[in-house]
Amino acid sequence: MLRYVVKRLISMVPLLLGITIVCFVVMHLAPGSPTDMETQMNPRASADYRERLNAMYDLDKPLYQQYLSWVGKIAVLDLGKSFSPDRRPVARKIIERLPITILINALSMLMIFAIAIPIGVLSAVHKDSLFDKITGVFVFVGFAIPTFWLALLLMILFGIDLGWLPISGIRSLNYDYLPPGMVFLDVVKHLILPVTLSAFGGLAGLSRYMRSNMLEVIRQDYIMTARAKGLSERKVIYKHALRNALLPVITILGLSVPGLIGGSVIFESIFAIPGMGQLFYMSVMARDYPVVMGILLIGAVLTLLGNLIADVSYALADPRIRVS
Amino acid sequence: MGTDFWKRFKKNKIALAGSCVVILLFVVSIFAPVIAPYDPDEINLKLVLAPPSASHLCGTDQLGRDVFSRMVWGSRISLKVGFVATGIAILIGAILGAVAGYYGRWTDAVIMRFVDIMLCFPTFFLILAVIALLEPSIWNIMIIIGLTGWMGITRLVRADFTSLKERDFVLAAKAIGASDLRIIFIHILPNAMASVLVAATLGVAGAILTESALSFLGIGVQPPTPSWGNILTAGKDNIDIAWWLSLYPGLAILVTVLGYNLLGEGIRDSLDPRLK
Repeated sequence: MLRYVVKRLISMVPLLLGITIVCFVVMHLAPGSPTDMETQMNPRASADYRERLNAMYDLDKPLYQQYLSWVGKIAVLDLGKSFSPDRRPVARKIIERLPITILINALSMLMIFAIAIPIGVLSAVHKDSLFDKITGVFVFVGFAIPTFWLALLLMILFGIDLGWLPISGIRSLNYDYLPPGMVFLDVVKHLILPVTLSAFGGLAGLSRYMRSNMLEVIRQDYIMTARAKGLSERKVIYKHALRNALLPVITILGLSVPGLIGGSVIFESIFAIPGMGQLFYMSVMARDYPVVMGILLIGAVLTLLGNLIADVSYALADPRIRVS
Repeated sequence: MGTDFWKRFKKNKIALAGSCVVILLFVVSIFAPVIAPYDPDEINLKLVLAPPSASHLCGTDQLGRDVFSRMVWGSRISLKVGFVATGIAILIGAILGAVAGYYGRWTDAVIMRFVDIMLCFPTFFLILAVIALLEPSIWNIMIIIGLTGWMGITRLVRADFTSLKERDFVLAAKAIGASDLRIIFIHILPNAMASVLVAATLGVAGAILTESALSFLGIGVQPPTPSWGNILTAGKDNIDIAWWLSLYPGLAILVTVLGYNLLGEGIRDSLDPRLK
């Protein structure tokens, strides 16, 4: 097992290097200089100031040197300083906002699994039943629905018409004066809509995937064996079949990470949640390159980590993977 | 593909439903000037945020413009973005996939590692990062969506090429001295087009969704040009008073994307009924 993990870790190194190169190239191939925002837009900026600024961000050196010094810095987790007036280190800006984004994504992933797996299993077991047909339609609509639009509709319904749920931020204005029990409830209420919506995108895909897995497994010989030896249908389905159908779902866990993280930009800006997605959006609007580059990098690394965790858990669950 | 395909396609309800929606969209965008009852940019400050009525089917926006007319014109944007972005993605994906699959060895290894690397980036992050550097215009949006959406197609085409290049007709073409380019584009690629066609149809749907999300965030198609996404932005700004600004454009996106998805699904089923 250890050997497998080490092997996986080593195979990540070239990918990681590739990620840094893509990040760097994306930021440097684009027209315009990152300091344009501060110089061209600022009539008082002199040529001298521009040069000093370029020197400050190493922009006066050849590209490969800029790349090497950038990679050297990120190796020690130094992502540079933000262009925004506060000039704070990018790494700290991101780390402050990472927990809420990870919390929302973890919760929505739990929600996806808790809802999609039973739906997929039931529609496979009762193939062509009314339930299967209804979930089939749901899946088609789920794939096509723009989730930010669904967010607007739910905000109108639950936030404005019914007034049940708050539609912005992660806590109420009077948060500091609430009794301890209410504080938790307040945060939960704020998270219901964002978590549900960010889960929505993954529901359709996973339930369909689970359905086809289950259909595949039910056809296998060992299921026939289980039936032949007189096990109850319940035991056959929920013990023998389900376990095997669940295995490949672990991989989906890893594959869904980039979609969830990417989606956080939309949800965090709709619901005004102070997470990494919102920071990314604000930095894109302000052309704060060091932050944009840092988050792009972290987004890719989180994906890589998600894949690693999925692969390792798969190997833990399925001994065949470890050997080959 | 051939007569069998059309026979199955015509019997496939999903495919027909999808085709109807897609044809309808084409008709709406081609005849937008005739269908739209008002000029989409005509400002009427006496009728700001008017709810839907007989004269304004989907109400008016914050500048008193007719929302239905803006949606009709917005369908042109969706159509353009969908096709141009997917075209770019297919061009890149097909060429890279063909080269990787045909030549194999290190060419394959390099291209496929590059695909792996690109897939590590949350697509939406990559698009936003590039847009941060460019002017948000419709052309830039189309190009960027295309440039970040070719990885799946590369994998599909590569898989087809790896198996097709061992087939007799390819070996025969090699034996009579056909050039690599000729073999790739004339002999193998047409045989790999089936899976590309399905991926492309689904890709159009994805590109339309992405464009609407970008325009919604204010970094896609810029007002006053109407797009379904930027009408929804106005919906969000007036969320507590004008529900119609939020409801109708999103419905248009949903129906459009659903139409392309159904069409793609239908083509897949008709191409190979065993895959169902």
